[in-house]
Amino acid sequence: MNLSPSRLLRLAIAMVVLASQTGCDTVQPWQRKTLSDYTMRGDRDPIGEGIADHIFFSREMASGGKGVGGGGCGCN
Amino acid sequence: MNISLLKKLTLAVWLAGSVLTVRAALTVGDTFPGLDGFSLEGKLPDALKGKVVIVDFWASWCGPCKESFPAMNELQKKYASRGLVIIAVNEDEDKSDMQDFLKDNAAAFTVVRDARQKLVAVAGIETMPSSFVLDGAGKVRFTHSGFHGAATRKEYAEQIESLLKP
Repeated sequence: MNLSPSRLLRLAIAMVVLASQTGCDTVQPWQRKTLSDYTMRGDRDPIGEGIADHIFFSREMASGGKGVGGGGCGCN
Repeated sequence: MNISLLKKLTLAVWLAGSVLTVRAALTVGDTFPGLDGFSLEGKLPDALKGKVVIVDFWASWCGPCKESFPAMNELQKKYASRGLVIIAVNEDEDKSDMQDFLKDNAAAFTVVRDARQKLVAVAGIETMPSSFVLDGAGKVRFTHSGFHGAATRKEYAEQIESLLKP
């Protein structure tokens, strides 16, 4: 497969444009006000978590698996 | 033109992209940029030359920053007469957040606001709070990432003592 220089250039430009369109961004350490909010914490609502766990257990036979041994497989 | 050249070109584009995303942070030995060039809100101390300066980046939403304030007040009071200047650079997006914080946590040192977050980008810090301890010539001599209570306070004191002339 042979590519002419102009075609190669167009390809290179297309690659750069595509790479810049990925939508990924890095939140800088000094921009984490929203992320540091209490409502962003996984353990912000212990009662709600307990209720959710109960539902998982009683309806889906799945409990645990949250950083502790046992994932509803009955092997622990 | 062939496939291998295309591959090389792809690699070059990818490498260029990776290099551009790496943050160039200020490290020990670098000269800290002049604070006048960043349109900081608030009054900077007049003469910093010959002084030991701590530039500390903080924000109101950051817990360890709040913890660091009493320690920095104490350091400023203890070493001010010997030539220590602490400049706390606020990075809040809303000025009112900073003002509310300062009402509850009085600062005995200089506080300025980096409203456009330009200085912090140049400093390229990884954690909040982060600070730079500068010698009399404006060179970064020590850096701090985060605030770890008494341990950080002790480090600060030792570093300040080592830089201040007896």
